Amino acid sequence: MDASDVRRTLSRLRVEQVLGAILGLLLVFLVVDLFRQLLTGTLELSALRRYVWQGIVVGLIYGLAGIGLSMTYSILRFANFSHGDLLTTGAFSGWATAYVIAGFGAYGLGDLLLVRPNNNPPPGEIGMSITQVPVAIVGGLVLAAVVTVLIALAADRLVYRRLRNESAIALLIASVGVAFVLRYLIAFVFTTSNRSVPASPPTERIDLGFFSTTVDLHEMTLVVSAVVLMIAVHLMLQYTKLGKSMRAMADNRDLAKITGIPTERVVLATWVIGAALAGVAGYLIVLNTGTITYTRGWTLLLPIFAGVILGGIGSIYGSILGGLIIGIVDQVAIVWVPNRLTTAAAFLLMILILIFRPQGLLGGVETA
Amino acid sequence: MSDADAGGDDGSAGQRADGGGLAGPRATLAKRADCVRSRMGEMARWKADAIVILSTLALVYVLFLVLSWGQGLDANGTANTLARLTFLAAAYALLVLALNLHWGYAGLFNIGVAGFMSVAVFTLAIVSGGEGVGFGLPIWAGMIAGMLAAAALGAIAALPALRLRADYFAIVTLGIAEIVRYLMKSQWVASHNLFGQRVGLQGSAPVQVPSAQEYVYKLFTVDGSPRADPTYIGTQFFVIGEWFGLERPTVMAWGYALFVILFVVFAYLLLSRIAYSPFGRILKAIREDEGAAQALGKPTSRIKIYSFVLGCALMGLAGMLWQASRFTVGADAFMPILTFYVFVALIVGGSGSNAGSIVGGIAFVGLLLQGPRMLQAVISKHTDVPDTNTIYEGVTAFASGEVMPFVGYAIGNIELLQRMFVGVVLIVLMLRRPDGILGHRKEIAAATDLSRPTEGRGSGSAAASGGGGDE
Repeated sequence: MDASDVRRTLSRLRVEQVLGAILGLLLVFLVVDLFRQLLTGTLELSALRRYVWQGIVVGLIYGLAGIGLSMTYSILRFANFSHGDLLTTGAFSGWATAYVIAGFGAYGLGDLLLVRPNNNPPPGEIGMSITQVPVAIVGGLVLAAVVTVLIALAADRLVYRRLRNESAIALLIASVGVAFVLRYLIAFVFTTSNRSVPASPPTERIDLGFFSTTVDLHEMTLVVSAVVLMIAVHLMLQYTKLGKSMRAMADNRDLAKITGIPTERVVLATWVIGAALAGVAGYLIVLNTGTITYTRGWTLLLPIFAGVILGGIGSIYGSILGGLIIGIVDQVAIVWVPNRLTTAAAFLLMILILIFRPQGLLGGVETA
Repeated sequence: MSDADAGGDDGSAGQRADGGGLAGPRATLAKRADCVRSRMGEMARWKADAIVILSTLALVYVLFLVLSWGQGLDANGTANTLARLTFLAAAYALLVLALNLHWGYAGLFNIGVAGFMSVAVFTLAIVSGGEGVGFGLPIWAGMIAGMLAAAALGAIAALPALRLRADYFAIVTLGIAEIVRYLMKSQWVASHNLFGQRVGLQGSAPVQVPSAQEYVYKLFTVDGSPRADPTYIGTQFFVIGEWFGLERPTVMAWGYALFVILFVVFAYLLLSRIAYSPFGRILKAIREDEGAAQALGKPTSRIKIYSFVLGCALMGLAGMLWQASRFTVGADAFMPILTFYVFVALIVGGSGSNAGSIVGGIAFVGLLLQGPRMLQAVISKHTDVPDTNTIYEGVTAFASGEVMPFVGYAIGNIELLQRMFVGVVLIVLMLRRPDGILGHRKEIAAATDLSRPTEGRGSGSAAASGGGGDE
């Protein structure tokens, strides 16, 4: 490359490229700083490992919920702002089921069905952990998926189906309306209090001879369920006819229609899968964090969006990857920024991705 | 003219919003609207707008008079309620006008309104705030700085707007608003030594923010508190107030409400002027078909950024006039729900119409925000509703034939029902009337209304589809 080529490249630099280079340098600086902190002992390796692990746990939830969001985005072509409240729906319906299974007869039905609005009965006493009454926890998981699917299908029938041919923005605004209705209906039924729901997590010591660690069994439940579900979605999309039609519809709706794909049935399947995963994600995040409140899902919506955008809207694997990255950033950012700003750092990452690489990391693929 | 159209049915705006109406009443309504339209078609644009806005306001006032009476309030209490209503309606109208510039004119889907307000309010706190918070400069300097800060954030946010699809841009603005909220709560801006002064927002606790309200109040009494000696002007107004049985705080509250209305009028005039300038014509062209506008050599990117920045500055102004009047403000006063409220108000009024924006602000505050709370007070005054703790108790009592415990639970949680209702209204509007009460996308962009001659003969339907040049 001779001098004139260099000059031409330099004169063609666009603002974004310059900004992108600056951001790249910043990233390198942060990584170097991370090593510096590790070497000087400001940051202990065990602390960093804990942050990353917490990030992966939260990231799996983001990824799991993100699959549904990404699917509605690519197949129904709108940003579903009520997706977060589907998580809340799953959380409340699932835990109500778990409480009823574990405490039926022993405690008042009102306290059980409404997930202890008056802080009674105590979660430890009723056995809200995976080792005490596993059938309740698993039953809650299943019901969380079922109820959320029913709610999502009702919303589709009443609202989204009538707007099928409207613009993305009209659907977005309608989904905000659905989010309001869902959130405040949940608040009206289950009250607005923030209460702890599962019992303190049981732990198990694992000793493999060369490596031993203590694992939180609730965390393990979350990780195992999330990974199993993700694999199931992957198999479904790759190896079934339904998965193929979904990808076809995400690619080109009209073409899918004239090929004879029953588009409405694909839309139905999208809602079923997306809502079931959202409901399970909402249920599991409560298992991990321990408390439940009606705004829970809404506060998770933006990080989930961030993950989906990061991975590339429409790409299922992208949204899993993006969710994991957002989760890890959300936790590890504490190394550099004050406590309250970690979420802001994750959002900043989302905005930067949207500006510099709108197609996302696994970009370009608007197919599942 | 569509404004005239609303002149015919503005009264039923709220009711229409959730019903859609039957065929019969709708036909008569349309006939009446035609009649009114032909009469108002000859009127000047601003006159028609004023009539629509004032009649909406009058209707909401009548509703609130009835509700106040039902609550058993005296003249002072009623006037106080109305002052609060007027103030909130004006604040919302200002916000909706600004948002309309973004969404209705430039087609920029901004759902970060709360973030732009918050930046302005906290800049005001830093510039004009007292000991330990800010530099203590005069309030006007703080308000100008606040508007500039909101505008600057708007300029940063607008940069991605040029490249992104509307729904991506929406997520970016929401993200920015949330980042701002977290930032305002963080230790980074909690306390700093700047120019020898200790300034900062104290972390997550609410801070004292200077307010224009204080200065308006000082027109009435010497130090701004109702108990202090009245000034010359204050004495006159307090005497007038006494004739109607109004106490001093009520008179002063009305003073501030009128002060905010002044800003609404100013914003309305400014935006109407803009809509009819060459700048506004390009904005409309961008909204309808950006590619075509670009092909004609219009600087679409620049125009979009300008209008976005101007709207953000107005949002900042509204934020300072509204939120700062609470004296202490925390970052959590600017939750995303605030943005969505403004959006609902815009959609109720109809995007793309300045008069519609003001009508939307009034209707939203009256019917969706303050109305249900008034209704709650009326019901709990006249009926002896029991306190019910959970919905379970309410439902079980309902099953055994007792209705009151359930009603008691619903009344006790009316704020939740009200927010749910906001969602229902939003959905129904999107399904039935996506253009809102006064919204319409077909409007004449030319400075002189080319369709007027046909309208003058009163051909209602042609005027409706051709669109009046009201905005």
